[in-house]
Amino acid sequence: MAAAITATGLKDATAIVGIGQTAFAKQLPESEKTLACQAIISALHDAGIAPSEVDAFSSYTMEETDEVEIAKAIGAGDVTFFSKVGYGGGGSCATLAHLAAAVATGQATVGVAWRSRKRGSGPRPWKNTAVQLPTPAQWTRPFGLLRPADEIGMLARRYMHEYGATRDHLFNVALACRNRANQNPAAMMYERPLTREMYMTARWISEPLCLFDNCLETDGALACVIVSAERARDCRQKPVYLHSVAQGLPSQHHGMVNYWNDDPLSGPAWTAARHLWKQADFGPQDVDVAQIYDAFTPLIPLSLEGYGFCDRGEGAAFTEGGALEIGGRLPLNTGGGGLSEAYVHGFNLITEGVKQLRGTSTAQIPDAATCLVTAGEGVPTSAVLLRS
Amino acid sequence: MSSISSMHSTMKATTDNRLLLPLPDDDGAPFWEYAARGELRVQACAAPDCGEPRFPPRPCCPRCQSFASEWRAMSGKGRVWSYVIPHPPLLPAYAEQAPYNAIVVELADAPRIRLVGNLVAGPGAPLNSVPADRLRIGARVQVVFSDVGGIAVPHWTLDR
Ligand SMILES: [Zn+2]
Repeated sequence: MAAAITATGLKDATAIVGIGQTAFAKQLPESEKTLACQAIISALHDAGIAPSEVDAFSSYTMEETDEVEIAKAIGAGDVTFFSKVGYGGGGSCATLAHLAAAVATGQATVGVAWRSRKRGSGPRPWKNTAVQLPTPAQWTRPFGLLRPADEIGMLARRYMHEYGATRDHLFNVALACRNRANQNPAAMMYERPLTREMYMTARWISEPLCLFDNCLETDGALACVIVSAERARDCRQKPVYLHSVAQGLPSQHHGMVNYWNDDPLSGPAWTAARHLWKQADFGPQDVDVAQIYDAFTPLIPLSLEGYGFCDRGEGAAFTEGGALEIGGRLPLNTGGGGLSEAYVHGFNLITEGVKQLRGTSTAQIPDAATCLVTAGEGVPTSAVLLRS
Repeated sequence: MSSISSMHSTMKATTDNRLLLPLPDDDGAPFWEYAARGELRVQACAAPDCGEPRFPPRPCCPRCQSFASEWRAMSGKGRVWSYVIPHPPLLPAYAEQAPYNAIVVELADAPRIRLVGNLVAGPGAPLNSVPADRLRIGARVQVVFSDVGGIAVPHWTLDR
């Protein structure tokens, strides 16, 4: 009964072998349940695996369609592992991490992770004041700090003050994502170029954040299929291995209103990153392409620092000189990201990472072999390192 | 503090004009009861060899794990740590006042304790009563208490 799982037990033990997605739009006619089933069946078809073989599911606690509904709709067999991860977009990569752990330890053999959301045509979550929990809402909402944009805007203003970051740095982020979306026919912003003048004259959402600092509102769904590395070699697609996975909840962290600890600008990315790199055979300098969670532009410089691409306070300057564009130091969000492809709680960042390592992205990085994918920064988060 | 648990079921979620009211939990209720008396107090560990202040309030001390706590009086002075100026789309009662400010204040007596609030011209003044160009990080502020739908809520004025 000696421990079979070592500190590196998950390294390259599993792979993503199927990805699927629906159309992305401000409004789709199908229900969230239908969209979820479409994305999952598409991912299984991509993998060449029958739905009856699926025995594990993982999604977000915010996902409205549960495993029971999915399993009986797609025709899954006996399911022996299912999990949900909290904290909105912070859970995206953790769904993969949970499935990797389940498959690597023999709890399941074929795992499906998914997210389906009608955020484009559905209600805005912050408008539902009835479901707000008393903590920390009692400390923020009476003062009109209502929306994620207000909460992150507060951290962004402080970050700009401490490190000399400017709106031009945030524009660099918005522009890189928009430029990639302009190459991606599936992106909501495919035919909508962005200029600096458009950015600088856009309406405010919560100063210092303007319209283009905020992600899209999207209807859509995505899914991916995970199996063991051994089985992956027999699948239809080139395997994309889960090299390292991590979740991150830092000491004394408070969620998106992280104002109440010693260092509010060091968020969960730092915690996830320490664990991610500790298990990996390579470091930030070896990442060919990154998919970094971009619900708001300031999350990019904060994440670049947290994941070790630059030092503390240098994330904004890192974006200069086209660093985030194709051919730059770190091309990122190559499908357009949450800012310009679709905002489906970061799941499109996962599928885009897979496309890059398969060599099938609409903005392909030549010979990309390693990709970092991150989940929402500013909330308890997660991340994965993919390799081909 | 005996009325704390009964507050929950009877409390309104909004004022008559639909501004959001604080909905205290068990740990946070004393803050609002002291505010009703015009006192700004912060929870602190009551273990003799610790005394660490903490916010938001919680059942035990993350430094020494003591469940003994006290509510320590603050001078009400602080500095603006950061701020935002929200614009619509917002809940209707806030959209009517937009653009307004929301600020985070670092307390002079306990710099790592920060409170979200609003910079206003005086007690009871609207959330947009101070022009946006008067806001700056580091500005000295003083707490005041505004009556919002019958609840005393801490707001802040510029300290001259
Ligand atoms: Zn203590």
